[in-house]
Amino acid sequence: MQVRVLYFASFRDAAGHPEEIREIPPGTRVADLWEILSREVPAFGRFPGMPPAAVNRLSTVAFHTLEDGDEVAYLPPVAGG
Amino acid sequence: MYLTHDPIDLPALLADTRPSDGAVCLFVGVVRNESDGKETVAIEYQAYEAMAEMELAHVAASVSQEWPGAFVQISHRVGRLEVGEPSVAILVTAPHRATAFAACRLAIEWLKETVPIWKKEIRPDGSGEWVEPKTPSLLSEGRTPLSDTLFNPKFRQEDLP
Repeated sequence: MQVRVLYFASFRDAAGHPEEIREIPPGTRVADLWEILSREVPAFGRFPGMPPAAVNRLSTVAFHTLEDGDEVAYLPPVAGG
Repeated sequence: MYLTHDPIDLPALLADTRPSDGAVCLFVGVVRNESDGKETVAIEYQAYEAMAEMELAHVAASVSQEWPGAFVQISHRVGRLEVGEPSVAILVTAPHRATAFAACRLAIEWLKETVPIWKKEIRPDGSGEWVEPKTPSLLSEGRTPLSDTLFNPKFRQEDLP
């Protein structure tokens, strides 16, 4: 199944692109996908666990299981205002 | 729409008051020329726009709920802003000033901690630096902004004069 991964701010710079489509096995959790991505992008490793994340624009938790077609975003510390 | 790619329209925000309002409190955040001693010539704001719109609506609605009588408007700009340009405006109208001040403060603090917006400070040499506050965001660990913020003692009504 496929999910769409979005990157912002420093994560976008580190990834080198704003978004990508990822093929993942069923049962993949939000934290599992972050681990996969961190292996490819060393700069992501500075977050010991997992940064805040959102699935389909709603704040989520590490053990949330992803579904086909989900939009996943890992969010660096926010700094609006 | 809470986000704008164009300059924030302050007169439009100010025009929106109700006959029952006796106080209007406006907070405007502007781009400053330095940060921790480092010169800044501009700031680039980036947002997860679809989520930020929802989170800003959530902030406005929840602040109104916490401070009955307060009417909250928020406008946050994205894109490149020069020094002195408004990046965010929060306008709260209420029957009385205590509510207007408190609701306005709650809204900006909440926004800064929870809404997925980022800023990159641009230095005179053209390089940029993403600002990443050390305090963990309320979005961390799946905690809901509502419960964490509204029950945080620093924002409670009884602590205000």
